Amino acid sequence: MGWIKTTFHKTGSPRWFFTGARSWVVGLYVFGALLIVVGSTWGLGFVPPERLQGNSVRILFIHAPAAHLAEAIYVAIAIAGFVFLVWRMKMADMLIQAAAPIGFVVTVLALATGIIWGIPTWGTGWVWDARTVSTLLLAFLFFGLVALRQAIGREDRASRAVALLALVGVINIPIIKYSVEWFTTLHQPPSIVIGEKPAIAPVFLVPLAVNVLGFYCFVAGVVIAALRARIVEREAGTQWLRDWISKS
Amino acid sequence: MRKLRQRRLAVVLFVVVGATATLSLALLALQENVDLFYEPARVTNGEAPVGVDIRAGGMVVEGSVAHDREGLGVAFSITDHGGHEFDVRYVGLLPDLFKEGKGIMVRGQLTEDGLFDAHEVLAKHDENYVPHELQDMAEAADLAGSAKAAGIEPS
Repeated sequence: MGWIKTTFHKTGSPRWFFTGARSWVVGLYVFGALLIVVGSTWGLGFVPPERLQGNSVRILFIHAPAAHLAEAIYVAIAIAGFVFLVWRMKMADMLIQAAAPIGFVVTVLALATGIIWGIPTWGTGWVWDARTVSTLLLAFLFFGLVALRQAIGREDRASRAVALLALVGVINIPIIKYSVEWFTTLHQPPSIVIGEKPAIAPVFLVPLAVNVLGFYCFVAGVVIAALRARIVEREAGTQWLRDWISKS
Repeated sequence: MRKLRQRRLAVVLFVVVGATATLSLALLALQENVDLFYEPARVTNGEAPVGVDIRAGGMVVEGSVAHDREGLGVAFSITDHGGHEFDVRYVGLLPDLFKEGKGIMVRGQLTEDGLFDAHEVLAKHDENYVPHELQDMAEAADLAGSAKAAGIEPS
């Protein structure tokens, strides 16, 4: 158990994270981009048309990873909010600040691809069902995290308010996830349920998995890069950062 | 210091539990209002209002789709495969995914005699993804198995 505590404290140190995470960024960018290129080319160009949907199925390879990732980013932000509220760890606050705009972009991508997919399949780009509305709310939550911080002048107060919103907003995540099961919706139920055989044929499942992993890696790289930028902003003028800059 | 953290933890947990409970109760109370459409059972047992714009949905009954000889008019039935069925009348273009036996959603008004007069039909595409060449998941699974056995990667 000792190493968990050590990692927790080390990650909490802006200096340790800033210097240590540098090599991660490039690795995640390259690996993630490679997977996204492979998965997207495969999905958009080489997968056979779906039995009923035809070529419309190809947007799945962008839509599903984006939607899944958007929720994951929010969960990470909510955990950071919890850590900040209880332990007042600066890094947790900076993570929320770094990840919120990225989460917003990813959610908008999920919504936009959903609209594009809905037009040929559903017959409409938008319906006000529980899944679409809760996902729209997720976009507003990300936006709200950014806006709230800017609306409050005092930095410590802003951080606390944002962390609280981040934490409370996590209730939306199970609603997004189970909306298609709890309520009648136009959106279809999940195709992949843990413990059950996937309802997606392997020809579609493999490129989808490649893209999901690619999205996660690439965006993790973006979040870490943004977090490092926040660290430079907040730690500007500290001795360790000056030393680091003069050395590199 | 330790005490302060514990107090913060208690407050934070209280806020989360309270907010979750509030929202759960609200959603439970609103259940039927959050539903996007009336299911066939609720249409046939009279829960759905007559003469008001509503949405209803279910599966298109196999063999029930009858196109008018001229024009875009079409009649079909919607079922929940549980013994509840109602008839729909619609004039207009149907979405590509409108198929017998598949899920759809209609928007329009229920008439006195139980007919659903629709002015919009949307297709509810299901969660199964099967390549064009294969007709069902069993076939797809078989192929995947044999492809793996033969050392051929699905492309």
